[in-house]
Amino acid sequence: MRRLDALQAIYGELEHSVVVTIMGAVAAELQSIGHRPNFFYLQHAMGLASSVGLGIALARPELPVVVFDGDGSLLMNLGGLTTLARYRPRNLVHVVFDNESLLSVGGFPTATSTGSDLAAIAGAAGVPLTGTVRTLEEFTATFAAAQKAGDLTTLVAKVEAVGPSGYVTDLSLLENRYQFARYLKERQAAGQ
Amino acid sequence: MPVSATSSTLIYRGLKDSGVGIISALPETWLVHLIRMAEEDEEMTLVRLAKEEEGVGVSTGAHFAGVKSAMLMQNHGFLAAINGIVSCGQLYRIPLLMLISQRGSFGERDPWQCEGGGVTEHVLEALRIPFDHLDAPGHVEKRIAKAQTLAYAASRPVALLLCRDLMWED
Repeated sequence: MRRLDALQAIYGELEHSVVVTIMGAVAAELQSIGHRPNFFYLQHAMGLASSVGLGIALARPELPVVVFDGDGSLLMNLGGLTTLARYRPRNLVHVVFDNESLLSVGGFPTATSTGSDLAAIAGAAGVPLTGTVRTLEEFTATFAAAQKAGDLTTLVAKVEAVGPSGYVTDLSLLENRYQFARYLKERQAAGQ
Repeated sequence: MPVSATSSTLIYRGLKDSGVGIISALPETWLVHLIRMAEEDEEMTLVRLAKEEEGVGVSTGAHFAGVKSAMLMQNHGFLAAINGIVSCGQLYRIPLLMLISQRGSFGERDPWQCEGGGVTEHVLEALRIPFDHLDAPGHVEKRIAKAQTLAYAASRPVALLLCRDLMWED
């Protein structure tokens, strides 16, 4: 499964979700499909995308929050999984694209390439719903189920270690940040 | 315990008065009363962290979602959180209020606290993080309010150092 195809397959489902992604390929690929004001790309601070998602989910429990994480990022903040599980935001779906490598800095293998199992780690941390998927069909079905489950889910999607040719996009970091905050404010004002 | 309950109450009141709704924290001795107050306050969301850097992410998310927050941590926790502060808090211009217990200053008895105490202010300066000290009860509430005001006006992380003279009753 390619990450780009996985994102494409669920893109329609993200219209009303609040989406936080990590840097690099995930951010560039989601933007290549189509940026929306409800998407925030954390372009650095590896590991903190799930923490940002937790902050939003706790502050606004009525909003469906989706975090697109990666194996390299999550490995930098494994303790964050225990915090996620501890507060168990039922409105948060945590997707981890696991390509078993640090693709954007030369493709060096991460520990998931030698057997570290992020779904098992999430489960052992206390995340109530976890799973690992390897095909597009499985991913699409499991993501849809997670969105309907009404409980914290960590879904690990094994993907190929391929990505875009570059990572810098036309969307400036601060433009994205202020647009995203405004989106959340307007949605609150509209009572949605 | 000689941690000042009176000063902790003043600090907590300052946080409440400045509109803080989410506190993320990692326990340390000087923070025990503050964390307990946050825990017992039904209007407050307390996020207990595994590592301080997570708190930068939590506060960032809370800010986007329209809720004011604060981080409670020891200076060594601040040192552990620096990339998050720089690459999330500063890069994305997040008004982040950090209350940092300034261990390792004059009067410190724990040898392991002393190295970090000597570098904390230099690191804050190097990061261009505006900071002030809370070292006497009289200015606590005012300085917290002013710190929060600057954090929002500048849209940047700011810090208040919780000092021994305020926090510890020998």
